[in-house]
Amino acid sequence: MTAISLPQNRVRTVQRWLVFLGALLLWQVLAARAANPYFPPPVQIAGAAGRLWLSPLLGTNVLPSVARLLGAWAVASVLGVVIGLGLGRSRVVADYFEFLFSFLRTLPPPLLVPVFIVAFGIDSRMEIAVILFGVIWPVLLNTMDGARSVDQVKVDTARAFRISRGRWVLGVVLPAASPKIFAGLRVSLSISLILMVISELGGSTSGIGYQLGTAQGQVDLPGMWAWIVLISLLGYVFNRVLLQVEHRLLAWHRGAMGWEQ
Amino acid sequence: MLDVSGLGHTYGSGDKAHTAVGEVSFTVEPGELVCIVGPSGCGKSTLLRCVAGLLEPSKGSVSLHGNAVSGVPDDLAVVFQDYSRSLLPWRTVAGNVEFPLRDRGLSKAQRRDRVAEALSWVGLSKAAGKHPWQLSGGMQQRVCIARALAYRPALMLMDEPFASVDAQTRADLEDLVLKVREEADMTVLLVTHDIDESVYLADRVLVLSGSPSTVVETLKVDLPGPRDQITTRGSETFVRLRTEVAQLIRH
Ligand SMILES: Nc1ncnc2c1ncn2[C@@H]1O[C@H](COP(=O)(O)OP(=O)(O)O)[C@@H](O)[C@H]1O
Ligand SMILES: [Mg+2]
Repeated sequence: MTAISLPQNRVRTVQRWLVFLGALLLWQVLAARAANPYFPPPVQIAGAAGRLWLSPLLGTNVLPSVARLLGAWAVASVLGVVIGLGLGRSRVVADYFEFLFSFLRTLPPPLLVPVFIVAFGIDSRMEIAVILFGVIWPVLLNTMDGARSVDQVKVDTARAFRISRGRWVLGVVLPAASPKIFAGLRVSLSISLILMVISELGGSTSGIGYQLGTAQGQVDLPGMWAWIVLISLLGYVFNRVLLQVEHRLLAWHRGAMGWEQ
Repeated sequence: MLDVSGLGHTYGSGDKAHTAVGEVSFTVEPGELVCIVGPSGCGKSTLLRCVAGLLEPSKGSVSLHGNAVSGVPDDLAVVFQDYSRSLLPWRTVAGNVEFPLRDRGLSKAQRRDRVAEALSWVGLSKAAGKHPWQLSGGMQQRVCIARALAYRPALMLMDEPFASVDAQTRADLEDLVLKVREEADMTVLLVTHDIDESVYLADRVLVLSGSPSTVVETLKVDLPGPRDQITTRGSETFVRLRTEVAQLIRH
């Protein structure tokens, strides 16, 4: 980034926030005027958020939900990358499995909820299983794709210099596949959030999704909106953090592609 | 040191069979710089891949230090024509040069010394911390040469290493190879389609025929060293040799 673009960037950030705050204000004014109980004004939602998010529910429902989501996503990601790297480098095996995997991937993940409720009952194991099986595919298939497309000249170079197997996988295949892997990770993280909410709405006795369902059942509309806002905030934060990590780890990729001067 | 005998390679089989290398035999002595020159598509890369153990030849054999080559021998380095695809864009220049040294049982300090030495040979000490994509084509090819040098191979194979750089860079890189060969006391087998380049660089030139290739002639290049881009290329011997090679390739 050059010295000239920095102030411009700052101006743009300020402008973005102004638009955001303006929209919020407009919503406040319109909602307060309409006085429709189904669409409470933001100030009322914020009140409900303060009441709910900072209550003991934080420790008993919110944090465990987040932990299950991130835990299941992380396990699925590691499995997806490991299996994807293994399969991606053996052409024959990959051909067979890719067909199977593409089929499994087309299965809409929310359909897994009733299946796993039967298998595990109303239990957090059900939720973890739903997220695991729902989000492993984008990571796995993207990793396979990335691992398979390692350039032939790099393959020859590694062989000519007798690079060991471990260093070949970790030092060449994994970084070469990493742009695709990150694309898969982002997709799977956003699916994780959706699956967390759906599985807790339908088959749980705690968690953010369960609290959302409860607020709805009690016709606590500001409370319901507060949970919805929390879910979108979580989605936003997760995505931001992952993008930051990606930005750091893939600086070489942007450079090599000439995306940054 | 290197002994290639009756080597031939055919791609595919049946109707689609294509014989790239007919039958090639030659030797390379320790300390020699041998150039193989032949028209494009005559099977030079195929031949080099067989010598490197990257490709199993359909017939004939390759031996290095008297041992038959099957798989890549461990004291051989290759400089590929496609330098930018051969480098790892996620590693720095120094990181690329160091990468193959990691599996060679060297200490961290030894690796660092070798990298520094190789980069100074090719004049890239200042670019050690840059990434390959921040460098020009000629500089990237110098990184590939440094990587091969740091590896300390008994035999260095180069596949049209200067085919895709501009004329000035090309002349500089040719002189670089002559210089580091002197300093590092290396044996080099270099493949090219450029007649002048082969005569300028080599102790011996092997002239290949068109596909399926065979060695048409071996010429000893008795040009005095150190060679110079202007005086050497202007000398009578040089002109006579390049004409001779050109006629051999034409036929
Ligand atoms: N992997 C391959 N499969 C089939 N044919 C090939 C393959 N590689 C090269 N060839 C063919 O073999 C011939 C020699 O190729 P190559 O060794 O690359 O020649 P050169 O390096 O002299 O230009 C060419 O006709 C080319 O099309
Ligand atoms: Mg070639």
